Amino acid sequence: MSDILATVKFDSEGFMVDPNAWTPEIGKAIAAREGLELTDRHWVVINYARSEFKAKGQSPTLRAITKNTDVNTKEIYALFPGGPAKMAAKIAGLGKPTGCI
Amino acid sequence: MATNDKQPRKLCLIASKGSLDMAYPPLILANSARMTGIETHIFFTFWGLDIITKKKMNNLNVATVGNPSMHPWFHIPTWLGAIPGMSAAASWMMRKEIDKLDFPPVGEFVEMLVDAGAHIYGCKMSMDMMKLTKEDLVDGAEVLGAMEFMEISEGAQIIFV
Repeated sequence: MSDILATVKFDSEGFMVDPNAWTPEIGKAIAAREGLELTDRHWVVINYARSEFKAKGQSPTLRAITKNTDVNTKEIYALFPGGPAKMAAKIAGLGKPTGCI
Repeated sequence: MATNDKQPRKLCLIASKGSLDMAYPPLILANSARMTGIETHIFFTFWGLDIITKKKMNNLNVATVGNPSMHPWFHIPTWLGAIPGMSAAASWMMRKEIDKLDFPPVGEFVEMLVDAGAHIYGCKMSMDMMKLTKEDLVDGAEVLGAMEFMEISEGAQIIFV
């Protein structure tokens, strides 16, 4: 499982250095490394984050995710334990989020 | 996970001010903490109680008199700030600016924090003084004495706002 990650570059906190090198398989492998098995609901968040990144060049805020998908605040915290902002961005291969909302 | 073997962080905020401009700092800090997985508790005391009181939370105002920040930001000199309606106008302006940054209104913000797993407490003594009961507070808030808060905040980083 982690073989796929051997060729991927990460920063010291585990965020992918090059978001464009991301593939869904890499996403799955990062999630597994963090102890998460991805469900359809995780993918709603990840796909939205990826498409926002493509459109705007930065990862969306948590508020944007809960406003523009059907995943609400409670659910996103349950899906990504240990801090949804960092965790979702990490799995989606995006940089560390900097927004405060 | 890989590099972090420190003790998990825990943050306790004390929110003691109930004006619109002073309501946001503790809410934003609490939200940032929760987003990064930090255990978060907020103790609302004295005027801070307005932030979690259902009837007041969406009607907080910013003071235009005696608020030293007013002049540079809104260009309202103190003598002008005393005119009736000035505080309402400044509050309206500030709400608009807050909305532009995509920050939710205070009521929605507090509900979001409850959903995010932040612990929200109303200070019992202040509530007694203001004749408030648990039913007056936003759903999910608990009533707590200051001494109990001391127990909860043991080992936490504490910020007073």
